[in-house]
Amino acid sequence: MIDTWYKLVDALLPFDWAHYVFMKNALLAVFVVTPVYAVLGTMVVSNRMAFFTDVLGHSALAGIAIGVICGIHDPTWPMIGMAVILAVLVNVFKGWTRASMDTTLGVFLAFMVALGVTLLSRQGGFVKYTRYLIGDVLAVTPSEIAWLAFISLAVLAYWCLAGNALILTSVNRSLARSRRIRVFLLETSFTVLLAVVVMLSIRLVGVLIINSLLVLPAAASRNFARDTRAYTSWAVIFSMVSGVAGLVMSYYWGTASGATIVLFLVGCYVASAAAAHIVKDQRQGRAG
Amino acid sequence: MLSQNKHDDPDDAALRCRHCCIRIDGLTVRLAGTLILDSVDLHVHCGEVLAIVGPNGAGKTTLLRAILGEVPYRGSMSSLIGGIERRRPRIGYVPQKLQFDLDSPLSVADLVVAAVSHRPVWLGISRRRREQARKILGVFAADNLTERRIGELSGGELQRVLLAIAMTAKPELLLLDEPASGVDVQGLALFYQLVCDLKRRHDISVILVTHDIPGIAAYVDRLVLLNRRILAEGDPGEVLSDAQWRHAFGMDLWPAAALPGLTAGRPA
Repeated sequence: MIDTWYKLVDALLPFDWAHYVFMKNALLAVFVVTPVYAVLGTMVVSNRMAFFTDVLGHSALAGIAIGVICGIHDPTWPMIGMAVILAVLVNVFKGWTRASMDTTLGVFLAFMVALGVTLLSRQGGFVKYTRYLIGDVLAVTPSEIAWLAFISLAVLAYWCLAGNALILTSVNRSLARSRRIRVFLLETSFTVLLAVVVMLSIRLVGVLIINSLLVLPAAASRNFARDTRAYTSWAVIFSMVSGVAGLVMSYYWGTASGATIVLFLVGCYVASAAAAHIVKDQRQGRAG
Repeated sequence: MLSQNKHDDPDDAALRCRHCCIRIDGLTVRLAGTLILDSVDLHVHCGEVLAIVGPNGAGKTTLLRAILGEVPYRGSMSSLIGGIERRRPRIGYVPQKLQFDLDSPLSVADLVVAAVSHRPVWLGISRRRREQARKILGVFAADNLTERRIGELSGGELQRVLLAIAMTAKPELLLLDEPASGVDVQGLALFYQLVCDLKRRHDISVILVTHDIPGIAAYVDRLVLLNRRILAEGDPGEVLSDAQWRHAFGMDLWPAAALPGLTAGRPA
């Protein structure tokens, strides 16, 4: 399967950078994950969950540490386990209190980071884990891509089944409830799915970057989108274009791919905010 | 047949209630150790508008959330419609405007279709569904709003959209949360008029929660003063003419003209 992709890239992209297998793998990974970040991000932004996804990303440190202590070679599973527990806990807490989750999330963030760093820095060994902070999409393997493709399909299926219910719930939980939507189940399943996607992405883009990849495409799209379809599709376009542009430019600049992608996303956000502002001014000018 | 005859007697509330009503008995809600609602009994007959008023923190919104099943409660709830008893009535819910995110990239058509169909709206809305949404909105004179973003609607417009959506559930009980908040006087009068039409035509029960006592007095059949438990209940005129309650809710400061429904008797 992956050979077909390599041949396709060789045939279609006669560039320097496309010559290398690690770039071909990275490009495929970018194609697979960026639409998923965009789609999940639309709901993260609508539900004001940006801080939550940041905490989720940072909980990877605690997951890695627990994996290391238990002697598990591949920390992916303890990371996913940790994040899923966190996602469920936060949802349960949210049900208990109507107050703002801000402080509670701050405490979770502090605990996750401190636990991870404390455990991983025993005998001054934290340096070898810094790769989890910024990630390395160029090191992605075909089997990791297969996992990502699988979870992407799961997100797509989930979005087809639960998309409308998620929209109603984000608009007003009581309204969703009156339409017989099981709000707790829905929100928990969404955050668990989010947790799995984030954890599978840590190796690629790192703890520091993952949240930006989720939030920025939707934030840029929201500047001007007027309905759900435009919101979703523009987020996907911003995410994929920035993903490819950032990956290719990081090759030429010799920079970390994840961070370079984020810079392109910030560019999209600034451009769309400026464009929306100008259009609004013109409209008001015409009206006035 | 016998009960049918008795049902015709308007004074026999108990029997009428046995025929067709929503009953809430001994509803008690405790959140984080605090008693929010203390054995609240409510019987709402079909085709009756019941207004729940009370000071801030009286548990009005919690009562709605308990009826929606959003917060755990003790006590029982049942609906008896056409002789069939059910544990939970079909509910239409109209949230208040202030709870909406007005920057949301969501069109009115998105909101309606997301509520009434399973076809995901993020894939786009087919012409047929758009037509269906327009029809649903048309009942409440809101079909011209289909393509607008919900953040662009006035309070009254948003309320009519939400009412249209609530009615697609064919509700037996309609819950209105603070309908006066964020809505201008004209919009509100139109909204109350629509609700009164609905209750007459569809014989549904309406529970509304509000601060706006002068605004609703003309439209409601029964008024419940709630402050953790039910303090008074009855015809709006009777309840509000009680000096003690008027004092408790600061209404002794209002001019009599502010309460047209109370002084001039109930309009038809």
